[in-house]
Amino acid sequence: MEQDILVDLKQIEKSYRKGKETVKVLSGLDLEIKRGDFLALMGPSGSGKSTLLNLLGGLDSPTSGSLRIDGDQIDKLSQGQLTRWRARHVGFIFQFYNLMPVLTTERNVELPLLLTKLSKKQRRQHVDTALALVGLQDRAKHYPSELSGGQEQRVAIARAIVSDPTLLLCDEPTGDLDRATADEILDLLRDLNEQQNKTIIMVTHDPKAADHAKHTLNLNKGALEH
Amino acid sequence: MAYLYFVWRNLLRKKTRTLLTVLSIVVAFILYAALGTLNYAFSMGVDLAGADRLITIHKTSLIQQLPYSYVNKVRSVEGVADVTHATWFGGYYQDPKNQFPQFPVVAEEYFAMYDTVVLPPEQMEAWRKNRLGAVVGRSLVERFGWKVGDRVPLKALYDKKDGERVWEFVIEGIYEAREGQVVDTSTMFFHYDYFDEARAFGEGTVGWLILRVDSPEVANRVADEIDMLFANSSAETKTSTEKVFVESFAKQFGDIGAIVSAILAAVFFTMLLVAGNTMAQSVRERIPELAVMKTIGFSGASILLMVLAESILLAVAGGLTGVGLAWLFISGAQANLQAFLPGFAMPTSIVFSGALLSVALGFVTGIFPALQGMRLSIVSALGRR
Ligand SMILES: Nc1ncnc2c1ncn2[C@@H]1O[C@H](COP(=O)(O)OP(=O)(O)OP(=O)(O)O)[C@@H](O)[C@H]1O
Ligand SMILES: [Mg+2]
Repeated sequence: MEQDILVDLKQIEKSYRKGKETVKVLSGLDLEIKRGDFLALMGPSGSGKSTLLNLLGGLDSPTSGSLRIDGDQIDKLSQGQLTRWRARHVGFIFQFYNLMPVLTTERNVELPLLLTKLSKKQRRQHVDTALALVGLQDRAKHYPSELSGGQEQRVAIARAIVSDPTLLLCDEPTGDLDRATADEILDLLRDLNEQQNKTIIMVTHDPKAADHAKHTLNLNKGALEH
Repeated sequence: MAYLYFVWRNLLRKKTRTLLTVLSIVVAFILYAALGTLNYAFSMGVDLAGADRLITIHKTSLIQQLPYSYVNKVRSVEGVADVTHATWFGGYYQDPKNQFPQFPVVAEEYFAMYDTVVLPPEQMEAWRKNRLGAVVGRSLVERFGWKVGDRVPLKALYDKKDGERVWEFVIEGIYEAREGQVVDTSTMFFHYDYFDEARAFGEGTVGWLILRVDSPEVANRVADEIDMLFANSSAETKTSTEKVFVESFAKQFGDIGAIVSAILAAVFFTMLLVAGNTMAQSVRERIPELAVMKTIGFSGASILLMVLAESILLAVAGGLTGVGLAWLFISGAQANLQAFLPGFAMPTSIVFSGALLSVALGFVTGIFPALQGMRLSIVSALGRR
């Protein structure tokens, strides 16, 4: 495979203003991530991992610096453009799954597809494929409250991959799961990376989780350690 | 469609809360439609009244009768073009619940006075020839399923000379509102001559006089002259234009319009708070969910629309149910009330304004939570847990 750079961060700064004070969370961050990578992002609490992930996912904009993903200069996009960009390019997986409690598994997974021009039948096919990949076809009609934590996270993963995004971003995806279930989820993510060639960036506190990734990066006080 | 389904599922999230909110909206709209109809019925009576027609009644009250001789005396007053009379019969058909106005009148005179209704000439002819004949309005025919030729017994206030209290009439004609006119057609008319001869008491009297003046400008002068004519007699009179007459009748119930508006304003203010609170709560509860939707790529505008769709659906469901129930109640009460309030029926304008009002209610109660959802910042909403 080519050395294809998917994510290219240059001199990224991110600071928050708290009243009169300015808190610098990320300072002069440079980072390149190749297409098809599975990167684990570790570091102490408050080091800015979630902040970095939010920037990569276009949920937030850097204070300064250049942020380029798959040829798009993300830091230059307006709010509306960012929203459309997210819909096409990013799948998010959260610690607490964040499913819609009023929708069944299949309706939850279908949600991102409502933003596409796909027909009902096509949406069905995509949902079925995504559910098959996470091994949950038999739970299609269940509501989140009828699923275990591990199953909920699988649904969340199916929702994240259903529209075939460029990038999968996970913020502590196993933080709320027991060891065995966490390993299942991590195996699933690794399969998605190896077999479906998904690029995954995963924030985690768990060294065993990081073992599933191809690379690990450590963030400390807003800067990367190698 | 999938989007609407999502809206629907969100409404069912807290079923009890949604149900209670819808129910209170239903009650508000029942009140709206019922009071609106009542108000409409009163104002319609006033609108129907002609400006060139005067009514002469007994000065003391409408219930007291006037001597028949007044008819000719009034006819000779200058400026009077036409005079006729009517009397309250107060009977019912089969069951005391089946009330409607029945007036003994002089056939041609009365129908000449009220040209807003039409009776086919051949039916008028047949009616005149039959001493027991009667004509009825279209809405009565629909209510009781009568047809020309039917014998209709009425139980009345008046005994007949033969001691009988049931009066039998034969329907000889059916009158209708003239094209383009909104007129009450729930009255039955029969011959005064027959009535006056057959009744056991009150002979030679009439309930009230109806007269047409040469022009509306002379109405006040004519009214004064008539009342002067009978001043200091045993039956003093009060004459006024039909419009004033109907208005003063309506005023007995207070200023209906103002009362109705005040009640409705209070009801809808409460409704704003109730439905507004429901929507605010419902959005506050799922800030993280809305943030996730935005993360996935739903725009702020689509979140706004989704919340608005919810609140409008809620209000419209309640509003239409309320108007529908009110319509049922009103149709049920119509038969009984029409005797006193001709034209008591829900006008379509109430249905339309009710629908519009419910959309407005949904919009007003939804717009602030919807804006909150639209503007919410993903990062702080998701970081909040
Ligand atoms: N919206 C905000 N306003 C102000 N400060 C913020 C905001 N979001 C994050 N911060 C600050 O930025 C720093 C980094 O936060 P971040 O959430 O990225 O850390 P993290 O590495 O993900 O930590 P954890 O492992 O606990 O999740 C923290 O000091 C935090 O207080
Ligand atoms: Mg974090």
